[in-house]
Amino acid sequence: MRIESLFLIFLGAFFGVVGLVYWFWGYDDGGGVMLLGATLLGFLPGLYYFFWHRRFQGHAYFYWGKVRAAGDRPSDREDAELADGAGVVDSFPGSSIWPFVMGMGAFMTVLALVFGTWLLFFGMPLIITALTGVTAESRRGGTV
Amino acid sequence: MTDVIAPPGAQEHEELHLPPASPGHGDGHEPAHGGHDDHGPTGILKWLTSTDHKVIGLSYMITAIALFYLSGVMALLMRLQLTSPHSSLLSFGQFNALFTMHGSIMLYLFAGPVAFGGLANYVVPLQIGAPDMAFPRLNALSYWLFLTGSITMLMTFFVAGGAAQFGWVAYAPLSSATSSPGAGPDLWIMALTLTGFSAIFTGVNLVGTIFYLRAPGMTMFRMPIFTWNMLVTGILILIAFPVLTSALIMLFADRHFGTHIYTAVGCHLVNGAPMASCGSPLLWQNLFWFFGHPEVYILALPFFGIVTEILPVFSRKPVFGYKGMVFATMAIAALSTGVWAHHMFTTGAVLLPFFSFLSLLIAIPTGIKFFNWIGTMWHGQLTFSVPMLFSIGFLFAFLMGGVTGIMLASPPIDFATHDTYFVVAHFHQVLFGTAVFAGFAGVYYWYPKMFGRMLRESLGKWHFWLMFIGFWVTFMPQYVVGLLGMPRRVASYPSNLGWQSYNIVSTVGAFIIAISFAFLLVNFFVSWRKPVPAGNNPWDAHTLEWFTTSPPPHHNYTHLPPIRSERPTWDYNHPDALTVPHGRSGHANGNGNGNGKSNGNGKGNGKVTAGV
Repeated sequence: MRIESLFLIFLGAFFGVVGLVYWFWGYDDGGGVMLLGATLLGFLPGLYYFFWHRRFQGHAYFYWGKVRAAGDRPSDREDAELADGAGVVDSFPGSSIWPFVMGMGAFMTVLALVFGTWLLFFGMPLIITALTGVTAESRRGGTV
Repeated sequence: MTDVIAPPGAQEHEELHLPPASPGHGDGHEPAHGGHDDHGPTGILKWLTSTDHKVIGLSYMITAIALFYLSGVMALLMRLQLTSPHSSLLSFGQFNALFTMHGSIMLYLFAGPVAFGGLANYVVPLQIGAPDMAFPRLNALSYWLFLTGSITMLMTFFVAGGAAQFGWVAYAPLSSATSSPGAGPDLWIMALTLTGFSAIFTGVNLVGTIFYLRAPGMTMFRMPIFTWNMLVTGILILIAFPVLTSALIMLFADRHFGTHIYTAVGCHLVNGAPMASCGSPLLWQNLFWFFGHPEVYILALPFFGIVTEILPVFSRKPVFGYKGMVFATMAIAALSTGVWAHHMFTTGAVLLPFFSFLSLLIAIPTGIKFFNWIGTMWHGQLTFSVPMLFSIGFLFAFLMGGVTGIMLASPPIDFATHDTYFVVAHFHQVLFGTAVFAGFAGVYYWYPKMFGRMLRESLGKWHFWLMFIGFWVTFMPQYVVGLLGMPRRVASYPSNLGWQSYNIVSTVGAFIIAISFAFLLVNFFVSWRKPVPAGNNPWDAHTLEWFTTSPPPHHNYTHLPPIRSERPTWDYNHPDALTVPHGRSGHANGNGNGNGKSNGNGKGNGKVTAGV
């Protein structure tokens, strides 16, 4: 997780420096705000990952269904054996109709903005049904 | 991190365990397990309900390539129009609609989606040893939003008033309800909103998958360069696409809800300056290009990754300067977010030295990549199979586009050539070089993995050489006619300025390109009717996806090789020529490890050697 966090923090720092230079050179609100957004997009997840990386160093933690010794994940360790990752990887849906239903609902909804609100009578029920369906599917079958 | 394990009776979810390590004396292949998805529904219902990244990736690619052909026909119609100064083939309105839709389809619906929705979706989980993308249902939703967005875009041709005519950039105030009335522009906005959300979801999925689903031992600096590039592309998508989507929603509000975000209507001066709450057409350009320039690299980095996969395989060497490649990718991505206003030099309202300097800086990491690509081939045992030819074609095409890009980063040159055919030639050489040369290099390279059968080399070479010739014949005259002053986006031009001959040559080139793509269709057809089995690893390639069957089984792997370098499949199949890890001293195997015997058709005699 260390490399991932440093990667994001580097991007955030770069955008921060560029944003500061840009702001004090040009005083442009639009560009300044967008570069600030890019800076936060790097720093927020980057620092979050870094926090967890530091916590993993020196503490036992729960990972892939087993209590692990201190250190990084098997995918972060050059000497990791495949057996180190044994256990449940995750639960994946085999197939699901709900993404298709939600896509059709979104399609109808955007068309409603162009051709008339009557299309919302088709679009919104599809979206609500899909949201309900996918939530129920997850509750029955685990997380993805 | 806790796991929620599927309870008994949960039919639609599968609890996945990591595949076991490969046996000590494996034969390098194992029987296929029913191809792509032998679980759940079949037929059309399988396509509608599948959350398998391979099915979704293929759906993306087929849709995007179909749209590429359609958009290519639009380009041919425009080129025909321009063979004569005052052609009556198309009306001015039709011409405007065609260049708008050609650009929109190529950029929003082909070049991006075929890379991050298609190839990356298919290949990235395989390259890192993952069973699927991190969020499979979100992945499926991405595809459905992309498909419905594409349909919405095409619907614009069939509504009153026709398709949008404001170019793929939709500059304000040309895109206002007054200047561009009708349902066509509204549908264009909605199409991009749908595909924008699709791209954002795919970006989330790519980053999540690469961060969380790598196999043990697959550290960040052992990931294939293609996966690295897709990670960086995913981050760029998350930076750029939300800006576009929100800008489009504001444009729609301007058109229909009475806002004046991009219009200066009602503004008045307060102490000589516009009032603070005044709308600004330039705001659209700023927002659009804050998306638009990273978008150029969203369209380029995946293809850089494809080429970086192919060149080492067909040079029989490891990639030269692996870490240099990674850092160059990161540098390009970072710089690309700070150069948006170099598209706006002629507005007179941007900080010229700032944007010019950052734009010129991009040449350095791009140059590093070129250096490394040449270094990869240097003293290699080159074989000029079709994917290699397309990759080399990319190098020439992108080099020309890149050099003219450096020219255009200089404001004085940009002032002289802005909105001329010089710019058209420049970005076509960049984007054709990446999305078409490198993109179809990827198609030829991974097709055997996707379908378990080979494409014909001879037809592929016809495709390449005709396209290569057509490419230069089409776009080189456009540089010249641009320098002579011909503006872009015009359906007619004066007959006494000597532009016609260049346009005729360019049109001939475009038709040569069109003919070349007929060979691709024939190749697909021949491969379908008379399949030649590919085996697991027909190229004797390096990365993990070539370890599994072709096509891969459901959830990708039944067992994995030890991962001790960025070339685990090579190491498994060539234990006498293991890849030297980065940073280790000793003799690099750059020149020496190309002597291993190919294990084509999966008949490798690989022996597991875990240590290096």
